[in-house]
Amino acid sequence: MPLFTPPKAELNGPLTVDKNYMHKSWWKITSVVLLLYTFIGGFLLDVPHLPALQETIRNLYFHVCMWFGMMILFTVSVVNSIRYLRTFKMKYDIYARQFATVGIVFGILGYSTGAIWMSYTWADPNNPAFDSFSAIAREPKLIGAAIALLIYFAYMVLRDSINDMDKKARISSVYNIFAYAMLFPAIWIIPRLLPSLHPGAPESGGGGNPALDTKDIDNRMRMVFYPAVLGWTLLGVWITTLKIRLSLLKEKKMMS
Amino acid sequence: MMNFKKITSLLALLLVSVIGFAQDKKVEMADLMRSNGRIYVVVAVVLTILIGLILYVLRLDRKISKLEKEAKS
Repeated sequence: MPLFTPPKAELNGPLTVDKNYMHKSWWKITSVVLLLYTFIGGFLLDVPHLPALQETIRNLYFHVCMWFGMMILFTVSVVNSIRYLRTFKMKYDIYARQFATVGIVFGILGYSTGAIWMSYTWADPNNPAFDSFSAIAREPKLIGAAIALLIYFAYMVLRDSINDMDKKARISSVYNIFAYAMLFPAIWIIPRLLPSLHPGAPESGGGGNPALDTKDIDNRMRMVFYPAVLGWTLLGVWITTLKIRLSLLKEKKMMS
Repeated sequence: MMNFKKITSLLALLLVSVIGFAQDKKVEMADLMRSNGRIYVVVAVVLTILIGLILYVLRLDRKISKLEKEAKS
């Protein structure tokens, strides 16, 4: 007698295309309005005048929001993976996969915008380019973010390398939980412990989250930053729901 | 004589401007760009891109809704 008999996967039942929040338009309109506000307010409202950062401080509304959006999307993804493991309903696995995909897109955008930003604020113009670069390449935040993203790339590779649908869903759901657990040391804990140029490092103001710390972020900037996080995240969710609806349609077509 | 006066006054003005430059320790921001009104150009460009992308996503949304309707019937 087997020790563990997984419940039989329901394939046809739950894969219906019901009307739900994905078809509502109020949160899509909210996203568009908040993003328009972000772009107008983000460029025109006053910001603190700081040396070295200068106007690039406005990148807070764009670069940091990518990471916040990624974090929220990955959280939704892992919640759906757990839901799949509890119910074995195929649609939760599809949700988890698509939220992770869009999360990765946000992560890549956050990484590349960070690379542009730092090459104009961290690189020392008095140092030769190679010396500056080797200092930047040793940044724990960069290495941690790269590790976190690579772990999620592996999630996609793992998924697509398994043909059996149930096995694929089950293994990748379990892997997704580990990948999510790895996010925290890689991008939140280790960069906060080591010396780094990125805000949040021990010597640059005692650690903590530089974007959420009430002492660190200017009040004027918070007026744009929080709506920006919400707007970008909702846009990510919108794109994700489109991908989910499309793959549900595809699955349904395959079943019939 | 006239020329000499012109050149010296020019040099003096240049010197003043150089000194002014050296003493300007204020953090440099895009104040000039905003006073020229050019920052609005950037805002317009960025908004155009944003609206374009949003319209694209909206169109995809409509298309998928149509597909769903067809799949149901």
